[in-house]
Amino acid sequence: MSATEQIIHPAATVHPIDNLLRADRFPHILCPGCGIGTVIHGYAHAIAASGLSEDRHVCVSGIGCSGRAAGYVNVDSYHSTHGRALPFALGIAVHKPELNVTVISGDGDLTAIGGNHLIHAARRNVNLNVICINNFNYGMTGGQVGPTTPVGAKGSTAPRGAVEQPFNLPYLAKATGAAFVARWTVLHVREFQDAVLRAMNKNGFSFIEVLAPCPTSFGRANNIGDGLHEVEIYRERCVIENGAQNLEELDIDLIDASKPITVGNFVDIDRKPFIE
Amino acid sequence: MNNEDTSNVMQVRFGGVGGQGIVLSGRLLGKAAALFDDKDAVCTQSYGPEARGGASRADVVISNDTVDYPFVIAADVLAVFFQEAYVMFRKGLRPGGLLLVDSDLVRPSDDDDIYRSVPATRTAEELGNRMAANVVMLGYLVGATDVVSRESVEKAIRTTVKEKIIDFNLKAFDLGLGMAQKDGAS
Amino acid sequence: MAVSVINKGTKPEPEPRVRTGGHFMLGDHACAEGALAAGLDFFGGYPITPSTEIAEHIAVRLPLIGGRFVQMEDELASIAAIIGASAAGARSFTATSGPGFSLMMENIGLAAMMELPVVIADVMRASPSTGLPTMVGQSDVLQARWGSHGDYGIIAYCPSSPQECFDLTIRAFNAADQYRVPVFILMDEVVGHMAERVIIPAAEDIPHTPRKGPRHKPGEEIFLSYAPDADMVPPIAHAGEGYKVHMTGLTHDERGYPALNAPTHNKLVNRLVDKIRLNAADIVMYEEIATEDADTIVISFGCTARSARHAVAEARREGLKCGFLRLITIWPFPEKRIRELIDQGNVKRFIVPEVNLGQIRREVERMTSLPVLRLNHAGGEMPAPKDILELIRS
Repeated sequence: MSATEQIIHPAATVHPIDNLLRADRFPHILCPGCGIGTVIHGYAHAIAASGLSEDRHVCVSGIGCSGRAAGYVNVDSYHSTHGRALPFALGIAVHKPELNVTVISGDGDLTAIGGNHLIHAARRNVNLNVICINNFNYGMTGGQVGPTTPVGAKGSTAPRGAVEQPFNLPYLAKATGAAFVARWTVLHVREFQDAVLRAMNKNGFSFIEVLAPCPTSFGRANNIGDGLHEVEIYRERCVIENGAQNLEELDIDLIDASKPITVGNFVDIDRKPFIE
Repeated sequence: MNNEDTSNVMQVRFGGVGGQGIVLSGRLLGKAAALFDDKDAVCTQSYGPEARGGASRADVVISNDTVDYPFVIAADVLAVFFQEAYVMFRKGLRPGGLLLVDSDLVRPSDDDDIYRSVPATRTAEELGNRMAANVVMLGYLVGATDVVSRESVEKAIRTTVKEKIIDFNLKAFDLGLGMAQKDGAS
Repeated sequence: MAVSVINKGTKPEPEPRVRTGGHFMLGDHACAEGALAAGLDFFGGYPITPSTEIAEHIAVRLPLIGGRFVQMEDELASIAAIIGASAAGARSFTATSGPGFSLMMENIGLAAMMELPVVIADVMRASPSTGLPTMVGQSDVLQARWGSHGDYGIIAYCPSSPQECFDLTIRAFNAADQYRVPVFILMDEVVGHMAERVIIPAAEDIPHTPRKGPRHKPGEEIFLSYAPDADMVPPIAHAGEGYKVHMTGLTHDERGYPALNAPTHNKLVNRLVDKIRLNAADIVMYEEIATEDADTIVISFGCTARSARHAVAEARREGLKCGFLRLITIWPFPEKRIRELIDQGNVKRFIVPEVNLGQIRREVERMTSLPVLRLNHAGGEMPAPKDILELIRS
């Protein structure tokens, strides 16, 4: 039975991922139209599909809206400091290699303040599953631009439009040694879920960028009316290209409607893991 | 203890250049005193920029009482293996202190007439490895001062250096010790 | 330069965890041996003078006894990694010096807030900034207490000898686990780089205080990571044990869930401070010599205490009524004992020699209107006994 069917039937009292969410923490803090809930949903389904007891899963996050993800999944979960989710998770994964450790955090947390840890965790090929929720800005603090903001996109700290070149995250992750690299959007629910499962089954560093709407901050500043509008953009412009080799060309330009957004499972290699 | 009052304290400084094993000399002497001779001892050494390129040092303060202040204030013995170390540390030797210089590597200034010239490097080379010059010098120092017993140094060597070079080091030490005994006590 | 990352599982080898016996050892190495003897599981660190010998020694030894050593990319990562490992149940440790200690400050607050036990050795060098990397300082003592933003309790030990580096490191691990706090070993360059006799006891004589674990099986009831016992310290469950803990640096309730309101915050932060403050009598350690009739008491710590002890003994030989108080725990500060000494009525003045510009003198001044004489050096060298003796005679 799919999740949608469950919602349609109010009589149903048990949902397949009920035990994987901290329902006692609802209502959550996320805005209407935010993509983070879909990511949590995908992670929970991947846990259920992993065949591994939920006691063997650990979720670590940093700071920001995406950083709150750890607070809603019903596994051992740690909401660490801004930028430091990866080294925190490394400590867990190295001390208890039997645990399946997933880091869910935002683009600002993982690639700006935590960027150094990202490249070194990838270089080491630590057994971590990183889900980087990219909403192109710092949402929680009101829409400041960051290292993923497209050139020209507006933010409260770039009122005339961002001028800096953004990161191309899959390219960065591949270049620094990640064993599994993917990019999906919250429109690609099943593909994303499948990518998380692949990451969980990989002994090595996995990096999944997942594009997610932030209607409250990024959307409002950039004429993307609501969450649905941004998902429409994904639907119109996303091109699936699994195994794409030309990652250096796959920059995202959410603002320029003529440019495709390439998604897919890009890298899946065997590389000596940090702990064998 | 009181390392300003020299009656109960022996302050030893080894001076040389990186790679001459002066830290090992200091550690062996300190270990012999502190673990096997029922004394107290502290060993310190120069670090970082201070220890690179130019002269470096290893200091050992030995006392029958507790060693509080860990550094050499005025050396009772200065053993040098390197000209620059001689130049740098000579003034730190107390008046009447014992100056030991490597015969082939250090040439004391003309007005410095009270010193012992110890052929440490030459002896070590004849023994088969110049790296043991530090242990020859240590032997001479112990022979000339009796600051620790031969047996204690032997134990220190046996518990510090790699097994296959224990005998070699003991031989080097005894050669130095023998030279000092021939030269007479200080 | 530290030894490279060890990333292989380890097989049993005849390497002893506890190197029982007499040694002539550097303070840094003694600290490392103390950590190993205390049951160290995980070390994450970044090399920095004058603490690097700790990391190097652990890099050699720890993998051989089943632990993991990781050289991290910086100190931000080092502290985060050891907190993470602690969350998974490891006795975890890092070693650093001033600049690295500064970088660790934010996450020291996280460890305090999450109540995850970690031990951090800070081998103090002359500061601020890069200062004198290879030369002594004692100027991180207030930073150790107050360095991370906000109010929280910590414990800091201040060894004066390599033997104490060994002994206090073991104590630090036990205290961290007992109180669920970050614990510091505030060494200084002189003590870290000095070789001296260190006696390591038999493995069975190494004291071990385990963490308090949950009192029910997973799933029987909801585990509360932050429900304190009478000692104000809550039991702890670790990642992978099945209790589905949640830990956050946000203000949280007893379940560990964010509770972003003033009453919860006030209660939590007061407990974080009080669990150390109100247990101070069990934590505080000091050494005292000849204070009974003293009119002058020298208060000192770390390497400086060696000169101070010597100067006080010399002053006594000269007939001066001088006493000595050595701070072994610098935090919590032995306020009670200092007040008792003041209340004896003999004391007319204190002397606080330290290799900083008056950080501990300020603590003493806070407690008394008696004169507190200073003997400060900004760093690079420690006071000699004669310097302190002159002040005692004055």
